[in-house]
Amino acid sequence: MKLIIAAIKPFKLEEVREALTSVGVRGMMVTEIKGFGSQSGHTEIYRGAEYAVNFVPKVKLEIVVADGMAEQVVETIATTAKTDKIGDGKIFVLDVESALRVRTGETNDDAI
Amino acid sequence: MNLRTLIPVAGAALVLPTVVLAQDGPVAGVNASTDTVFIFNSLLFLVGGFLVFWMAAGFAMLEGGLVRSKNVTMQMTKNIGLFSLAAIAYYLIGYNLMYPLGSWSIGSDEAGGYLGAFGPAVLEAVGITSDAADDYGYASTGSDFFFQLMFCATTASIVSGALAERIKLWPFLIFTIILTALIYPIQASWKWGGGFLDSQRGFLDFAGSTGVHSVGGWAALAGALILGPRIGKYAADGRVTPMPGSNLALATLGTFILWLGWFGFNGGSQLAMGTVGDVADVSRIFANTNTAAAGGAIAALVLTQILYKKVDLTMVLNGALAGLVSITAEPLTPSLGAATLIGAVGGVIVVFAVPFLDKMKIDDVVGAIPVHLFAGIWGTLAVLLTNPDATLTGQLVPIIIVGLFVFVVSLVVWIVLKGIMGIRVDEEAEINGLDMSELGMEAYPEFSKG
Repeated sequence: MKLIIAAIKPFKLEEVREALTSVGVRGMMVTEIKGFGSQSGHTEIYRGAEYAVNFVPKVKLEIVVADGMAEQVVETIATTAKTDKIGDGKIFVLDVESALRVRTGETNDDAI
Repeated sequence: MNLRTLIPVAGAALVLPTVVLAQDGPVAGVNASTDTVFIFNSLLFLVGGFLVFWMAAGFAMLEGGLVRSKNVTMQMTKNIGLFSLAAIAYYLIGYNLMYPLGSWSIGSDEAGGYLGAFGPAVLEAVGITSDAADDYGYASTGSDFFFQLMFCATTASIVSGALAERIKLWPFLIFTIILTALIYPIQASWKWGGGFLDSQRGFLDFAGSTGVHSVGGWAALAGALILGPRIGKYAADGRVTPMPGSNLALATLGTFILWLGWFGFNGGSQLAMGTVGDVADVSRIFANTNTAAAGGAIAALVLTQILYKKVDLTMVLNGALAGLVSITAEPLTPSLGAATLIGAVGGVIVVFAVPFLDKMKIDDVVGAIPVHLFAGIWGTLAVLLTNPDATLTGQLVPIIIVGLFVFVVSLVVWIVLKGIMGIRVDEEAEINGLDMSELGMEAYPEFSKG
């Protein structure tokens, strides 16, 4: 199993969710986060005083899938979340040791 | 604003009804009887008074929206505390100090009055007949007291926003008592009580660009200087750290409430509604007051777009209020176009004055000093543009006299309070927020930190 962590632009969330559902992803965890990458923030003005917004709002997706599906999920997120503008986000893939469905006690691939 | 200067206005109201026989009552469509004039004048004060009262709600919401969420409970506590204290202080001391009716402690009506009478306000008896009225030819004492009290409280409301997020509750409230019992009524007596600015200087300040708004602004400036800026507001390298307000919807509501209240503030200051002329004037004042606010808001809207590439709502709100303050010294004589422009200049002043104060490291949380002090000075000078009775020295010298008096006395009071009890919370309390550290109560207890 693989854990896919993706940080994407918030307005792309719904589109990505639909695309992932259509390739067979059956669950995901979503968190509103702030962070910075190469976009590294921008400046705003409040009452005449300029200030730096160092952390940009993003949405973090966490999706656990079977090994065979990971590549397709990464591909789907990458194509759907892409705007060709700075700040589109990043995707990470990690190995997952085990999984367990609380209600039934099913484990690993059966649990996701 | 005072019984004496009204006489030219109300005098016309009194002369006209004499053509009507008292027993026959008024002739339909001609003039009102003395009773009717008394009733309508009193009604104007009462309606105007409760509109100005509602400005206390406007200030509370504006300030509640522009402070950070950790200081909202404290800001609301200060607002209801200061209003209530102002009500008592004005009753016990302020009213007669402001309206001595010739019984000056220092000075006289003819030579110029400087210090009014001491004693609590006394209303007319219950259920009076016309011959028992204090001033049958004009209006009831109760309506006048009620109306004037609200102006006094407004002055105190101006101070609380500028000093928010770092001043201790009790020293602030003690200052409020001194401001509303002594500082405001004394300077207001100089103009509206028939004192020396009125009789000797020919000063024109219809509803108080100077007498109310600049007074609040000067007291706030003195306080902000003694108190110092909020921790972290000004970095060592001179940069300004914005501290965005917690709720701009509340700040906007507060601005609209103040805008509404201002119709009572300026319209009520016509001080008479018993003749066709007075009612037409009140109507002009309502319309001019409204358009000046719009002018101020639009000026700030356009200017922040040009200067900052994005509109700054808080500046637009301040711009509307600055427009209102600007038209307050003369809301009657300008045309709609002139009133719009006078208000618009107020909006421009705010957009430049807010960063200017930051440059001077004077931390004014809600922009009270630009709105009430700077636009107040502008409004008092703008009387010259449309009222031929105004003179440059007649406006400028009273601005300086009132400014010096209020600023110096306020400065001394703030310094004394600082020496006796300290006026600022400690560093930890300020960073944690005044709500929990001073009051142990959050405004939004179900919000998570972050």
